[in-house]
Amino acid sequence: MSVIQRVVKPTTRKGKKVLLKREPQVIEGPKRALFFQGRKTSDKVRGLLKDLYDIKKPDALKLSRKNDITIFENATPVEAFCKKLESPLFMMGSHSKKRPDNIVVGRMYNYTLLDMIELYVESYEGLKEFAASKITLGIKPCLIFNGPQWEQSEELKQLKSIFIDFFHREHVENVRLQGIEHTLSFNATPDGKILLRSYKVFLKKSGCRTPRVELEEIGPRVDFSLRRSKLPDEDLMKEACRKPKELKVTKKKNITTDELGTTRGRIHIGRQDINKLQTRKMKGLKKTAAERKAEKAKIKTIIVNSDMNAVNEMRG
Amino acid sequence: MDVVDEVLEKSAREAEKYKPITVEKHLELEYDLGTLMAVDKNEFDMDTLRKDKNDYLLNLTRDNTQLLLNKIWDLPTEQIEESIVVKLPPQKTVLPRMKPVPKPKPFTKWQQFAKEKGIQKKKKSKLSWDEQLQKWVPLYGFKRSNAEKQKDWLLEVPQNADPMEDQFAKKIEAKSERIAKNELQRLRNIAKARKIKVPRVGVINPDASSAKDLQAAVTVAKSSTASLGKYQSKLPNEKEARGVAAITPGATRKRKLPPVSANVEKTESLAIIDTILNKKPKLNIEKAVARHINNEQLE
Repeated sequence: MSVIQRVVKPTTRKGKKVLLKREPQVIEGPKRALFFQGRKTSDKVRGLLKDLYDIKKPDALKLSRKNDITIFENATPVEAFCKKLESPLFMMGSHSKKRPDNIVVGRMYNYTLLDMIELYVESYEGLKEFAASKITLGIKPCLIFNGPQWEQSEELKQLKSIFIDFFHREHVENVRLQGIEHTLSFNATPDGKILLRSYKVFLKKSGCRTPRVELEEIGPRVDFSLRRSKLPDEDLMKEACRKPKELKVTKKKNITTDELGTTRGRIHIGRQDINKLQTRKMKGLKKTAAERKAEKAKIKTIIVNSDMNAVNEMRG
Repeated sequence: MDVVDEVLEKSAREAEKYKPITVEKHLELEYDLGTLMAVDKNEFDMDTLRKDKNDYLLNLTRDNTQLLLNKIWDLPTEQIEESIVVKLPPQKTVLPRMKPVPKPKPFTKWQQFAKEKGIQKKKKSKLSWDEQLQKWVPLYGFKRSNAEKQKDWLLEVPQNADPMEDQFAKKIEAKSERIAKNELQRLRNIAKARKIKVPRVGVINPDASSAKDLQAAVTVAKSSTASLGKYQSKLPNEKEARGVAAITPGATRKRKLPPVSANVEKTESLAIIDTILNKKPKLNIEKAVARHINNEQLE
């Protein structure tokens, strides 16, 4: 017998709202990211966490204290954090003799660890070191992935998926053209490095409708290289990528649109029974009550007789 | 002709002023416009990358952003409140969800019953006029409870009740019983929805339990003697509760063996048919007389 969780009713309206919000939704909002430190961190790592937190804001949360967590040995404390703070994405920074300047990026599904990748911060220049103008908070960036390496190894494939998940914010229906002002570029070089660059986009006149794009680096400028990784369980990933029935587009049958834009529908009518067709009603053709009664009795006797015949046949 | 040449020349000069928006690529980029993403699978120019990494990456990204934005600018646009927006296609990249796909909530026992019977919820008004107090009283809340208190300053003692019984205490007790029953039902619904087996609690309150529950309690209690209820007397027409064999000591299920041969099965089924066919209709004298009288009157 398993324990029944949450049987106590929320006492306040606010508490009820919070609980309702935590329930699974068909359309999920932007994923929140949690930034926190491990046992020890270096300046580099702390700066990077802060910068990425600034980029990810407002869907981000940063914990300031140190945590005694070795995530590859035991991920439960991180799962607990992510559950408590409702953030399926996390980034942990740490620094040790064995693994200096360490960053772990990962994500959760249903409060359990889905996948994570450990990265070494080889070089880092922060947001502050670039004297460029900054971007608007909470803007949807363009994501550019350069290099054929992204498709060549399982780790990089996963890392690409994590990066998209981390930075794309949310799927939107409409985008304001003048609002495209940030580009994040992820470059996987053949020598195993991952270079992250961030640029502000300037839209210049080009003489036609589409503008000429100019970029200016705004930082952070980070060079990563891969360390350990935990790839997702295939079944769990499949389960996590399931699309709700409500969002699936079902094909509408028998509806076509022709070249002129008129919609045509084809409908199916069952075969017509001519015997039951209602023709002109006449009093003379109407059955009397006695006639109707006799007809009913006749049907009844036929049924009873057939049953009796069957029984007699069985008796032999 | 001069005019045409002039215009062409002018537009060419105009175009020269601006930098181009076209980019040459060996391999075409892959786009996911729904996520504003482009993937460039072309090899890096390693020499330039080593020599001047940041400038090379800036130019490469600029080219790719240009290509991505060219695609985005081709999408159908719309004007929403003084700004031009493009309608993005659905996302191509499949990303994992945060939480599982929501399941439909299982019905509670009442909801199930209401659905089967076609009972629809009626909307009650939030305020109702109270004739006794001559004011509007809300459906629930502290004002309602205050109004109840005002109304019930005096309670009538029912005719066959003990005159020394405290009717106020009885009322409070009844209310707390109702609350407890509701809570029990809520928990039972939760257990049912999550398919958890809950231990039986027996009969809690004879006033609140159903006839079925009481019958089950009687059956179980009768078998709870040293002789497993063998010498317990029975009331006329008393039936044993069903579905309590598991918790009734000494209870065995009465199960018939399947028929041995086809012949035996045949005689058994024929016997059943005989009993059905030879059934004589019960004569309801009252009904028959009434019908007879009715027929006579009609004639």
